[in-house]
Amino acid sequence: MTLDALVPGDRATVLGYASDDPPGRLLEMGLVPGTSVEVVRLAPLGDPMDLRVRGFHLSVRKAEASQVVIVPE
Amino acid sequence: METAAAPALTRVRSVALAGNPNVGKTTLFNVLTGAHQKVANYPGVTVERKSGRLAGTEAVEVIDLPGTYSLSPRSIDERVAFDALTGQIPGEAAPDVVVCVVDATNLERNLYLVTQVLDLGLPVVVALNMTDAATEAGITVDAAALSDRLGAPVVPIAARLGEGVDALRAAVLDPPPPSDGVDWAVMPALAVVLDPLEDLLPEDRVHARRRFEALGALTADPLLEPWATRSPRFHQAVLNARADLDARPVPYKMAEMTGRYGWITPVVADVVTRTEAADERTVSDRIDAVVTHRIWGPLIFGAVLLVIFQAVFSWAVPAMDAIEWLVGLTGAGLRAVLPDGVIEDVLVEGALSGVGNVLVFLPQILLLFFFLGLMEDTGYMARTAFIMDRAMRRVGLSGASVVPMLSAYACAIPGIMAARTLADERDRIITIMVVPLQGCSARLPVYVLFIAAFIPAGSLFGVVGYQGLAMTSLYVLGTVMAFFAAWVLRRFVFKGEGSSFVMELPPYRMPQARYLWRRMWDRAKVFVIRAGKIIFGLSIVLWVLASYPKTELPTDLAARSAEADAAVERATEALVRIDPNGIEAQLDGSEAAQLKSALDAADADRLIAANEAAGYQVRNSFIGRFGRALEPVMRPLGFDWKISAGIVASFAAREVIVSALATIYSAGADANEESLALRDAIKADTYPDGTPVFTPLVAVSLLVFFVFALQCMSTLAIARRELNSWFWPAAMWGYMMVLAYGFSLVVYQGGKLLGLG
Repeated sequence: MTLDALVPGDRATVLGYASDDPPGRLLEMGLVPGTSVEVVRLAPLGDPMDLRVRGFHLSVRKAEASQVVIVPE
Repeated sequence: METAAAPALTRVRSVALAGNPNVGKTTLFNVLTGAHQKVANYPGVTVERKSGRLAGTEAVEVIDLPGTYSLSPRSIDERVAFDALTGQIPGEAAPDVVVCVVDATNLERNLYLVTQVLDLGLPVVVALNMTDAATEAGITVDAAALSDRLGAPVVPIAARLGEGVDALRAAVLDPPPPSDGVDWAVMPALAVVLDPLEDLLPEDRVHARRRFEALGALTADPLLEPWATRSPRFHQAVLNARADLDARPVPYKMAEMTGRYGWITPVVADVVTRTEAADERTVSDRIDAVVTHRIWGPLIFGAVLLVIFQAVFSWAVPAMDAIEWLVGLTGAGLRAVLPDGVIEDVLVEGALSGVGNVLVFLPQILLLFFFLGLMEDTGYMARTAFIMDRAMRRVGLSGASVVPMLSAYACAIPGIMAARTLADERDRIITIMVVPLQGCSARLPVYVLFIAAFIPAGSLFGVVGYQGLAMTSLYVLGTVMAFFAAWVLRRFVFKGEGSSFVMELPPYRMPQARYLWRRMWDRAKVFVIRAGKIIFGLSIVLWVLASYPKTELPTDLAARSAEADAAVERATEALVRIDPNGIEAQLDGSEAAQLKSALDAADADRLIAANEAAGYQVRNSFIGRFGRALEPVMRPLGFDWKISAGIVASFAAREVIVSALATIYSAGADANEESLALRDAIKADTYPDGTPVFTPLVAVSLLVFFVFALQCMSTLAIARRELNSWFWPAAMWGYMMVLAYGFSLVVYQGGKLLGLG
């Protein structure tokens, strides 16, 4: 399952990335395997997502979220 | 905040401030340096280099590095921060001390950059900022324990309150020994490849530094490149290592992030305590629930835009009027002081009115910068990008393009500069390419002049004024075309998605008036100086081109001129003979009154003759000749040689067309867009066969031309600097010129077919 499938209120743990060349910025922002993440809300047009990671808010497009493999909490 | 606590003797010469965006780094910089600041650019790139003298010291320089999340060179900002910290900026040594500013309410992610900086092996002091906000949020950070784990002093501060700053200053002036780096774990499958690579690098005091360099070269091409010349052996070894890792396969590209966070997470768990209150919904969350709401969010954003536009286009007007009045006053003053002649004309008509034309935009630019600064400082800016991203992506842009596009309504230059925040290079190029289509304030005087002259003052259904409607249409036309151009660029030039948009939504913060004002002022100063320099020089050149070469008047014109002069003289004499005070006095009914009106008529005749003579001069001046040479090309758009000459003159800067037309029409010394004389001269101008030069259709065609044409040297220069190539600026100029010519052609020829002209 990937991160983009979650709806607001859902929590999950990052398992890894779907590609060999994962988005470096997401990793630097702390979305490394084992990190817990919560979908806070979606933008008015449904994309991007507002995530809570390590205590701060991160805006991520669904296209990029679809590369993050997760397991729901 | 001068203090006696600073030791007189310190070896420290330079201090660099590093940290994530939105951690109060700039506030701390302001507190540390007080009034002693300098803003310049780093060589070769347009990243601002802000430096200042540490208050209370003689010569300790503080450098505010660009805010970055990491030192991996993913953006220009990060590249500059990395180069500055490693002493690779030409002419600049590595800093003696690095102050890592971290946000106490968001320690985990902030420590990522800190561990990278520590690995560089420099003396590091950690400034634990926003302790006030942390306390409020129920977060406590054990500074001593954190210092222990990082191996660097940690000073708790609250920069916006000035708390802890003295202790920080003392720590900086008596710096710790160079850092030994952080002992984070490299995944074993990578370690076996990385270790031999490290051994190829020159010995370094700190092992972490070599690991940092080797891992950087392994994962990022920009960091590998320099090794091709520095050490071909290492370069080849890295390429081999990549092939080896890819073949196995090892996810080495995420090794640094997982490794560092693997070290950070337990440290944060040890040093940070949260009360239960910290888990409750914060104020920011509650604001976001409204501001980014599905329905309220876009409505609020629309309202904010409306307020900004209202401010820029109506609240600024009194200040603009005042500036015009002052410029007029200065002109009159100069005329009174200077001897009549060429120098007076050049200074007053050329330079002063040209500079005045730019200064008049200052209130608008200040207001726009004020609102943009307010949006940035409160954290609302990131929300606009969040709300708009999906819609902007439809047309090939990104949510982060909203700000550059908005800024461009004041001026394309801040718009292009604001595009730096776009992490994705293709997004950045597309944004820069379309930003100049936004209706900037330099187009305004042109719009005002021709709308006032040719669009009737009435209103539609008594509500919407035609003139206002025309003005709005021009702005809408530019913006719609900007979106369309972006769509075309994305669809045909920069194909594919692939762009990245990972952005922090920082907590909302109360803006501080002091810093808001200061930034607004700094930017306005840059604008005025840059614009003033160009316009000042250009106005003089333009005036010379329109005034020379001086040509002999043909005999009939000369004769008419002389005859008109003589007629005025005769009428004056006749009047003075009857009543010595007749010229000044108010007369009625008498013979003197008839003579007075005869004199007025003669005066008007003389003025016409003088205008014709001046017109002949301009026609044969350099600019007139050029305009006439160009006329055949511009004819299909409805433009005569005078308009063509004006357009050529305004290629340097749009607003120049107003003073250019004023010069050409010899409409008087203080011509500007509000000037009745210029407006009347334009309306009265006819071709030799008696048909008017300017019809409403010609005016619309010209307005459309100005919506699209890239007539601004400064924009080209800044685009060249930001994109580091002449190709894109040239393409920008070309496509906008094609649009301008094409649309004007359609408007004029179409209008004629419909029988409008």
